[in-house]
Amino acid sequence: MYEQIAANRRKTVVLLVVAFVLLVGVGYAIGLIFGSGWFGLAIAIVLAVLLQLSAYYSGDRIVLASTRAREVSLEEQPRLHNIVEGLAIAAGVPKPRVWVVPEQAPNAFATGRDPQHASVAVTEGLLATMNRIELEGVIGHELAHVVDRDILYGTIVATVIGAVVLLSEFFMRSLWWGGIGGRRGDDRGGGAVDLVLFAIGFALIILAPLFGQLIRLAVSRNREYLADAQGAMLTRYPPGLVSALRKLQAAPTAMRSANNATAHLWLNQPSRVEGERMSTMERLFSTHPPIAERIRRLEEM
Amino acid sequence: MLPLWIVLGVLAAVLVWGVFTYNRFVRIRTRVDNGWSQIDVQLRRRYDLIPNLVETVKGYAAHEREVFEHVTQARADAIGAQGVGPQARAEDQVTAGLRQLMAVAEAYPELKANRNFLALQEELVGTESKIAYARQFYNDQVTRLNTMVGTLPSRLIAKLFGFGERAFFDIEDPVRGPVQVDL
Repeated sequence: MYEQIAANRRKTVVLLVVAFVLLVGVGYAIGLIFGSGWFGLAIAIVLAVLLQLSAYYSGDRIVLASTRAREVSLEEQPRLHNIVEGLAIAAGVPKPRVWVVPEQAPNAFATGRDPQHASVAVTEGLLATMNRIELEGVIGHELAHVVDRDILYGTIVATVIGAVVLLSEFFMRSLWWGGIGGRRGDDRGGGAVDLVLFAIGFALIILAPLFGQLIRLAVSRNREYLADAQGAMLTRYPPGLVSALRKLQAAPTAMRSANNATAHLWLNQPSRVEGERMSTMERLFSTHPPIAERIRRLEEM
Repeated sequence: MLPLWIVLGVLAAVLVWGVFTYNRFVRIRTRVDNGWSQIDVQLRRRYDLIPNLVETVKGYAAHEREVFEHVTQARADAIGAQGVGPQARAEDQVTAGLRQLMAVAEAYPELKANRNFLALQEELVGTESKIAYARQFYNDQVTRLNTMVGTLPSRLIAKLFGFGERAFFDIEDPVRGPVQVDL
């Protein structure tokens, strides 16, 4: 546990440094294109510092907002609150804030920078499908992420690397729509600007799968096994989580707010495609171990 | 000359170790105390629930007077209990009384559909699982403390500064006694 916390701190620092160098490098390159590398460098440094500070201090709020989670009160969700508070007591950490995500697929995640600033979010689908013991299993898994500081690392990964993924998705969409339908009569003045934007967008589109891959590399699947085991240690009842995972296996995974930037935070890999379990693209970016294997390991405990 | 340096070096190492061990003791003792106050908070919550529960069940099953008296008496005894051991035994009585009370409630479908009762029931289940979790945390910390007090070399520091063993809080598990699958 303590090694895990130290390892997560180290990885977070390494990630921030690497991302900083990358961002500043790209800024310098763009600056060179415009004729002043130093100017680009200065702007890139300012932007990178801002990005990283906001990732650290409000990464949790960004992630929660991207899933449209809503904070719920004790009166609204007494059972959920009771379970979260109970397991926080068992783990010896303050009670995290409790959120509900308006999605029908059963799923959950935890975010925040440390146990004092942690949030646990579950989907409406999870509340509807799980009984108390299963819910305890799930929350135990999420609290293990809180205790291990996986939440800090996962949130920074989501916001720093995710920023690039999100930007590229944005460009991809605008290129797509611009290329097919629009583009009438805007060749008049902004030709050069268009070209530069196009070049940046194009570069981002090429880079995005690479960054997606980077996320996959950054979040080892081992941490899910570890959190399963620690969560089961908190509840002292592994069959609870096993039964919850079985239900997850059978349930649909499609979520409206699913994206490559936050996929690794969820209890179960969210899918973008309705009906189909996982597209080829998503399997390529799979951040989670197969549920069957997670169940097998828990049953061995 | 050389042996003096070695002696000084060893002394410094022992001193550093002593400070670290002392700090670990203080840290764990704080966690034990925190664990105990968590248990206390949850037990108090359960005491507060009992009169409400009794009143609600009374509304439907007034003749089950023995059950009401038993749980009320157990509650009063538990509030008065002093020390970890007596407290644990008194709480077992409260748990047993509450089980009886809930068993009585089982026989009254109208009571089981009462919204106030359902809310109290969730509150009770939630509080009892928190008692179980608080006990788990407390006992884990006591295990760590007692191991450090009981084993060498940390035992020396414990003796020197008077860190003692603590008692486990052994109660019957109100939630996970016999395993129930569907709650």
